[in-house]
Amino acid sequence: MIQDLLVYVVFMGYAIGVMLGIATLFTWVERKQSAIMADRIGANRAYIRIPFTNIKLVWMGLFHGIADGAKMLLKENFTPKTYDRFCFNLAPWLAAVPVLVVFAVIPFGGTIVPGDLIPALHDFFGSRSYTMQVANLDAGILVIMAISGIGILGTMLAGWSSNNKFSLLGAARAASQMISYEVSMGLAIICLVVTYGTLDLNQMVQWQSGTLFGFLPAWGIIVQPLGFILFLTAAIAENKRVPFDLPECESELVAGYFTEYSAMKMGLFMLSEFIEIVVVSALLVTLFLGGYNLPYMNDTGFVFPGGSTLAMSHLAVVVTQVVTFLVKVVLVGCFQIQIRWSLPRFRYDQLMRFGWKFLLPFAAVNLVVTACVRWLTL
Amino acid sequence: MEYKSPVRSFLEETADPNNVVVNLGPSHPATHGTIQVIAELEGETVKRADIHCGYLHRGFEKEAEHHTYHKVIPYTDRLNYCSSLNNNFAYAETVEKLLGIEITPRCKWLRTLLSEYNRVADHVTCIAATVMEMGAMTAFLYLMTIRDYMFEHLNHLTGARLTYSYARIGGMARELPDGWLDRLEEILQFHERYIDRIHGLLDRNRIFIDRTRNVGCMTPEHALNWGYTGPILRSTGIAMDVRKDNPYLAYDELDFEVPVGINGDNYDRYYVRMREIDESVSMIRQCVKNLPDGPLNVDNPQVVLPEKQKVYTQTESLIRHFKLIMDGIPVPAGEVYCSHEAPNGELGFYLVSDGSGRPYKLHVRSPSFNHMGGMHTLLEGYQVADIIATFGSMNMIGGECDR
Repeated sequence: MIQDLLVYVVFMGYAIGVMLGIATLFTWVERKQSAIMADRIGANRAYIRIPFTNIKLVWMGLFHGIADGAKMLLKENFTPKTYDRFCFNLAPWLAAVPVLVVFAVIPFGGTIVPGDLIPALHDFFGSRSYTMQVANLDAGILVIMAISGIGILGTMLAGWSSNNKFSLLGAARAASQMISYEVSMGLAIICLVVTYGTLDLNQMVQWQSGTLFGFLPAWGIIVQPLGFILFLTAAIAENKRVPFDLPECESELVAGYFTEYSAMKMGLFMLSEFIEIVVVSALLVTLFLGGYNLPYMNDTGFVFPGGSTLAMSHLAVVVTQVVTFLVKVVLVGCFQIQIRWSLPRFRYDQLMRFGWKFLLPFAAVNLVVTACVRWLTL
Repeated sequence: MEYKSPVRSFLEETADPNNVVVNLGPSHPATHGTIQVIAELEGETVKRADIHCGYLHRGFEKEAEHHTYHKVIPYTDRLNYCSSLNNNFAYAETVEKLLGIEITPRCKWLRTLLSEYNRVADHVTCIAATVMEMGAMTAFLYLMTIRDYMFEHLNHLTGARLTYSYARIGGMARELPDGWLDRLEEILQFHERYIDRIHGLLDRNRIFIDRTRNVGCMTPEHALNWGYTGPILRSTGIAMDVRKDNPYLAYDELDFEVPVGINGDNYDRYYVRMREIDESVSMIRQCVKNLPDGPLNVDNPQVVLPEKQKVYTQTESLIRHFKLIMDGIPVPAGEVYCSHEAPNGELGFYLVSDGSGRPYKLHVRSPSFNHMGGMHTLLEGYQVADIIATFGSMNMIGGECDR
């Protein structure tokens, strides 16, 4: 029992560390990548000086994230005259916490057997094995949908309780946008559930470690290419980033639903946005890009299309899986940032039209086709 | 009796109790602190809009009455501060017209060159601001890079990045520095490379087209009735351009086209500006080729300031300098109207002189002010988000509109 507790505490620490770490990294990537795209230098000012020396560590502006965080924490926390202080203070938490919770069900590695990994602990752990996942739920994908839906409440509450017309407009946009795109997202996920035949994210990843027609890695993106595009689009819309950043578009609504927020409350909204990039990337990786596995790889090693195999030690497998997952998440995140800096934003009615008249029919057709194929091949 | 502000909006309460009045600006990210849009919204649709300008009023016209003709030039910089040289030249030509002097060929061609160069910079800025407000940050930064190269280059020539004050009555402030024209060609090539990227990013971008097509539409009649000029009028399909219709400077010797649009919507305004940039670049190249040698300033001691070296060494020059600075250029009594095609439209100066060294009255026909007059008609019936896009494509410049 104590062993389980210990392992899961480590997993939780790792999950939180990964989310916050990569989210902070993404604030830097966003700056640096956009700078490279626009032929600029980008963030290069913040530095850490080694005490009592004149050595300044700039590290390509990597410390800007820390400077940002410190700024957010130290700024004046201005609260407008609002009729509902409680909701006003609650809203940032409602926006940030669900995003954090969603990561709990995402597997960031395959099965780990601590006793085999570290021989010294063999007596303590025995032959217990764990999947590298904070909460190993058999209905993981449903939990994700359910919890990420709560985030909408945070934005709505923020806009409504700010007592500001721009915030209210932003909140109305946010609510209708997120609810609309959740429909297409849900349909895209149902296609996957039909294909994989499971709701468990870990089993989905294992399904993807197989091959298709004997040589293609059976990744979700190959089995469900349309589903991937639908899910990616809907996920960016859920995340409220360009081209779907209408709830907070700075040129019309000042800052949208968080216009009246300052200091760390505003920081929480910003942070939750970046954490959501991580979560969305992790979800995309898990559902469509083979999860923590490299192509042709499973928990014991590689099985190549020709039938040749490459066995790996447990330690090598665990390290490869963890690193693969992180690299994939970062790459998908960079891809999202690339989209964000290439496109202008939609208009509100165009966004709704796109969601309901374009994405939804495609998602529905995709579901019907998937179901037919599944029915015929069963 | 309750005091009622004469400039108060007519939109104090909504016609329909379900609608809401939203105030955009002047302290709003998209209104540059210079304009206020009060809009009655039904959901996201703008039912009625009320435009208030005047937040950047500096009393230019009154100020001009107290300064000699030369000292007005720095004020004209601040009209459309994105293309100061065009304002400089329009003002200088107005005064020259009243004086009845003919500028030298070199000055004429150089002014044409710089007008077009500054027009490119202005159009680039306008397009950049418009697309940035639609969220296309990378396109904005590409355009800003171009503009910055041009500003640095003009800085080399004039000594300022934004407010150049380069024109003088009867000539220019100084000769071109060495190698300036070579660098100009480099920058034009750089510019063409970047403009290609903008075409690639925006021209056929579905989101951009959706945001701009059939938004802020107007008919040619509507544009003429509200006194629109420049790219905004041409976007409706009327090929009216002061450079073609009433050639000034060296424009009658240049080969160029007047691009027109079809719909008069935001996309057409964007595209007309892009095409005008191409035309301007070709005109700059023609000007460089045709730029004659010779004196830059007219040989008229009554008008042109003597060289500094002579001021320090010769009594006559010192006296002339003193008289020109203190009393101003003696412009004969009379009145004149002269208009140039500024990047925003027809920029006209109406000058009345009573024979003294200061203008009796200097009126500016600024394109932005006329554009703002009918602006609300382009907003009503569209969405809130379109306010920003349309406003950006109208290129309202506070300095010019409010004077």
